[in-house]
Amino acid sequence: MTKPGEFYQRDRNLQPPAYTPSYKTSVARSPGLAMISLQNSVSKITGPVFGHNDIDPIDNDMIFNYAADGESAIGERIIMHGRVLDENARPVPNTLVEAWQANAGGRYRHKKDTYLAPIDPNFGGCGRTMTDDNGYYFFRTVKPGAYPWRNYVNSWRPAHIHLSAFGSGFCQRLITQCYFEGDPLIPKCPIVQTIPDQDAIDQLVARLDMNATIPLDSIAYKFDIVLRGRRSTLFENRLEGN
Amino acid sequence: MSQTLDYLKETASQTAGPYVHIGLAPGAAGFDIYETELGHDIVGPNAKGDRIRVEGVVTDGTGAAVKDVLIEVWQANADGFYAHPEGGGEVEDGFRGWGRVISDFDTGEWSFETVKPGSTSGRDKSKQAPHLNLWIVARGINIGLNTRMYFSDEDAANATDPVLNLIEWVDRRKTLIAARTETNGTTVYRFDIRLQGENETVFFDV
Repeated sequence: MTKPGEFYQRDRNLQPPAYTPSYKTSVARSPGLAMISLQNSVSKITGPVFGHNDIDPIDNDMIFNYAADGESAIGERIIMHGRVLDENARPVPNTLVEAWQANAGGRYRHKKDTYLAPIDPNFGGCGRTMTDDNGYYFFRTVKPGAYPWRNYVNSWRPAHIHLSAFGSGFCQRLITQCYFEGDPLIPKCPIVQTIPDQDAIDQLVARLDMNATIPLDSIAYKFDIVLRGRRSTLFENRLEGN
Repeated sequence: MSQTLDYLKETASQTAGPYVHIGLAPGAAGFDIYETELGHDIVGPNAKGDRIRVEGVVTDGTGAAVKDVLIEVWQANADGFYAHPEGGGEVEDGFRGWGRVISDFDTGEWSFETVKPGSTSGRDKSKQAPHLNLWIVARGINIGLNTRMYFSDEDAANATDPVLNLIEWVDRRKTLIAARTETNGTTVYRFDIRLQGENETVFFDV
């Protein structure tokens, strides 16, 4: 059995660069100097470990986790599910996945959001879950609405759910956004278009999944998250001096 | 034609956006939903070592404070071990070594309490100076920025640190070194992060 070695280096040709002027806020928030490349050390191959005790079972159900008794969130009921995998297509088990989103009208429950669409009193908009032994996760929620933002005068974000995943090493840490199949706002969005690779954009679009749809209840979308993979130690020096 | 490599591609990053707090720090967004918010207690009650406070502000290319930033911390304990199966050794009960901190919406100032980490092993029998690993996300940041915070009272260890020594511009190394002060008996390290421009903080492709 070979030991796990270093993580594959991040492919910066498919990840968004820091400076993407069509997304205006990135202009003053992007480093101007090149990053310094580091080989892996113990500081990066390790990362926080979470357990089921850290969260509650209801946390992954956004239809009910902020609703009053007997009430539920308003909107198109969906199941968002998939697997967290690494680049070797191996499942990433027992890892924390967090999600947040606007309500069905595109309004966020955040004191800084002043969009005129109303708050849903029974919808918070955040959820979290641990993947199971097969890397599988699921959320129940309502499909978020598109919303306007101050980039160009008439910019609208596609419907999206923000997702955060950990993996086993801190260098796998990832925050991304999941979009919905067929949304015509996707190709118009400057945030989507920060990604230079069309295949990488397509990988952010969740697909309608009729097999997982619960009849007369909720429509399902499937969204897999791929974190950096790790090669096996074959011949090279050990990461550490022990 | 050659064979095909059957790897998957890493999911592309997207900005955490201005409302990152809803998902990762809902109390700050203005609502109470989880029994326990994660990331408030970095080291737990049993951690050995010096208790310290770390504070700073993140500024953009115009010098303005970034008031919607979220920073995650990953660090070793006082013995230099990470709370992870590959972390090098045992850590105290309740020591996670990971935290999550957000800036004040009005001032952009952030702070957290922890213990000062010990030296950790580096590659090829080298020793890394005590440091905190920081991961920074915010509106306008398309992919999380990695940096490290070192300590101003560790000159000897910093001088031989394998990562600091990779930075060929000696002047830039100081952007990673937090300044130690004492405030009312508390040890405080000040670590300001400049995303762009003069004295730009060093960021790493890890």
